[in-house]
Amino acid sequence: MEINLSIDPELVRKILKEFIHSEITRVGFSRAVINLSGGVDSAVSFALSVEALGPENVLAIRCPYKTSSPDSLEHAQVLIDQFGCPSVTIPISEMVDPLIVLEPGMSEIRKGNIMARARMIVAYDQSEAFKGLVLGTGNKTEILLGYTTLYGDSACALNPIGDLYKTQVRQLARGLGIPDAIIAKPPSADLWTGQTDEGELGFTYAEVDKLLYLLVDQRYRPEECVEAGFSGNFVRLVFERVRRNQFKRVLPPVAKLSSRTVGYDFLYLRDWGT
Amino acid sequence: MPKLGISWEGMDEKPKMTAITAMAGNQRRILLLSFMVSSIIKFVQSFLLLIMKINLALAQINTTLGKVQINLDKHLTIAKQAVQDGVDILVFPELSLTGYVLQDLVPAVSCRANINDPIFKYLLDASRSVDMVVGFVDEDTRHRFYVASAYLSQGKVAHVHHKLYLPTYGLFDEGRFYAPGNSVRAFDTRFGRFGMLICEDFWHASPPYLLWQDGADMLLLSSAAPGRGLNNEPKLETSTWVELINKAYASLFTTFVAHANRSGFEDGLNFMGGSTIFDPNGKLLCQAPYFEESVTKAEIDLNQLNRTRARLPLLRDERPELVLHELARILNK
Repeated sequence: MEINLSIDPELVRKILKEFIHSEITRVGFSRAVINLSGGVDSAVSFALSVEALGPENVLAIRCPYKTSSPDSLEHAQVLIDQFGCPSVTIPISEMVDPLIVLEPGMSEIRKGNIMARARMIVAYDQSEAFKGLVLGTGNKTEILLGYTTLYGDSACALNPIGDLYKTQVRQLARGLGIPDAIIAKPPSADLWTGQTDEGELGFTYAEVDKLLYLLVDQRYRPEECVEAGFSGNFVRLVFERVRRNQFKRVLPPVAKLSSRTVGYDFLYLRDWGT
Repeated sequence: MPKLGISWEGMDEKPKMTAITAMAGNQRRILLLSFMVSSIIKFVQSFLLLIMKINLALAQINTTLGKVQINLDKHLTIAKQAVQDGVDILVFPELSLTGYVLQDLVPAVSCRANINDPIFKYLLDASRSVDMVVGFVDEDTRHRFYVASAYLSQGKVAHVHHKLYLPTYGLFDEGRFYAPGNSVRAFDTRFGRFGMLICEDFWHASPPYLLWQDGADMLLLSSAAPGRGLNNEPKLETSTWVELINKAYASLFTTFVAHANRSGFEDGLNFMGGSTIFDPNGKLLCQAPYFEESVTKAEIDLNQLNRTRARLPLLRDERPELVLHELARILNK
């Protein structure tokens, strides 16, 4: 079975740039806001939105917490300088700590979710202030694995990179001129010191992207992936993780009572009338 | 208007004239008269073998979802410009008057292709200056809805095609909202006999085949094809595939194949553009850019049909009765 995760960065760049421009301008906006974490995903969404809308129309937001890596803040600044966009830096420690101290011994997961949601509050507040729509930064790998905080980092008005696996985002990043230091560093949500995505997930993006490509894009059955050489435990873990996190990928189900119900038989695109 | 030329085949009568001058009296006058009559007949016949060149334009537009009036205005603006540019036939994409992912908007945007329709009356008026293929939702008298294309010419509706195959799989959900068409017919125009198909119709081999056998020398295909399929090639897999099959139909049926696709986005779907015209040799005559709005024109030399089919008589040698016979056997198994 063939696994081809390579992309033509110029083609993808053209489509995604047009997507951002179309989906923002058709609803009467001309600007975007984006949380820049200093990682490759937000760097790519940011660069694409600058190309689509112009640097003056993209607001870069940095939301450091007191334990955030200094690299994150610094790499975000490198991008802001490189693309020449307006920016704001709004530390979230004073927003989240009063909630965290209420419960001594709170788990890292809970703290991380609170931080992700605090950053969402900042982004949507800046959205109103800057009159720009919130750009999403979640890639296909993390959407499928559910490696995201619901109503936190996953919250956005539109997501240009959600159909690109992590390994494809890196290829696009090179085409967009994102600095190597950002592309090459270990991916991290930076919710606690020393956290890395691959450490927390227990496998590498390079491995899981290949498996997801077979399971999702090519519709191979899990047992066929095991026959192809992936370990049975790995395939089961990933498949189950994808299934279990479906709730993060859909709107909450509405209990149907009437003859026409939002989510079932009230069917319009978001772009209705535009 | 078409630019006309004359085929000079069979016009060299010089040896016969020499023989006539050698005769005498009534016999010579009768023969001379008969020669003049035959020359006039041949001259008239030569007009029937016109080398017809027509200008065909593919209007690769973006549309506003569910706003028929806005889309109508765009059609009329492009048609007006096309007339100034000497275009003879202007082909718009699938559902060009409405947008593609209509879902519950279908009943709100439907039209009827006649002069009493508040949308079509303007299109029919415009068709007095340029022939047009437009895409719309057709509502029949029993209130069934069809994905439709209409060929408009000289103020009249020459033909309406209802999409035969409604994709209802993957990202598509057409079968939920539309009724399928039940006929595939070629039709006569002032430029020759043509056939229209819509998107999924020509992912099946039989509708183009039937139009070919029904006399269509040009297939006018329209799509609102969402681009998809990523690899390291500089175009999407859907573009590669649709170009391959259009070229194949042109080559296998030794016919012209013009395909108008749309551009723009609806939510996350990109419409990939890249509209094409292939000639009866399977040669690409023109291609619109990917993803962008454009009006792309090519001059069509209809006499290429003559040259290609003289070289490669696939139409002459095709055996539809064999197809009919074997299909009857297969279906009666």
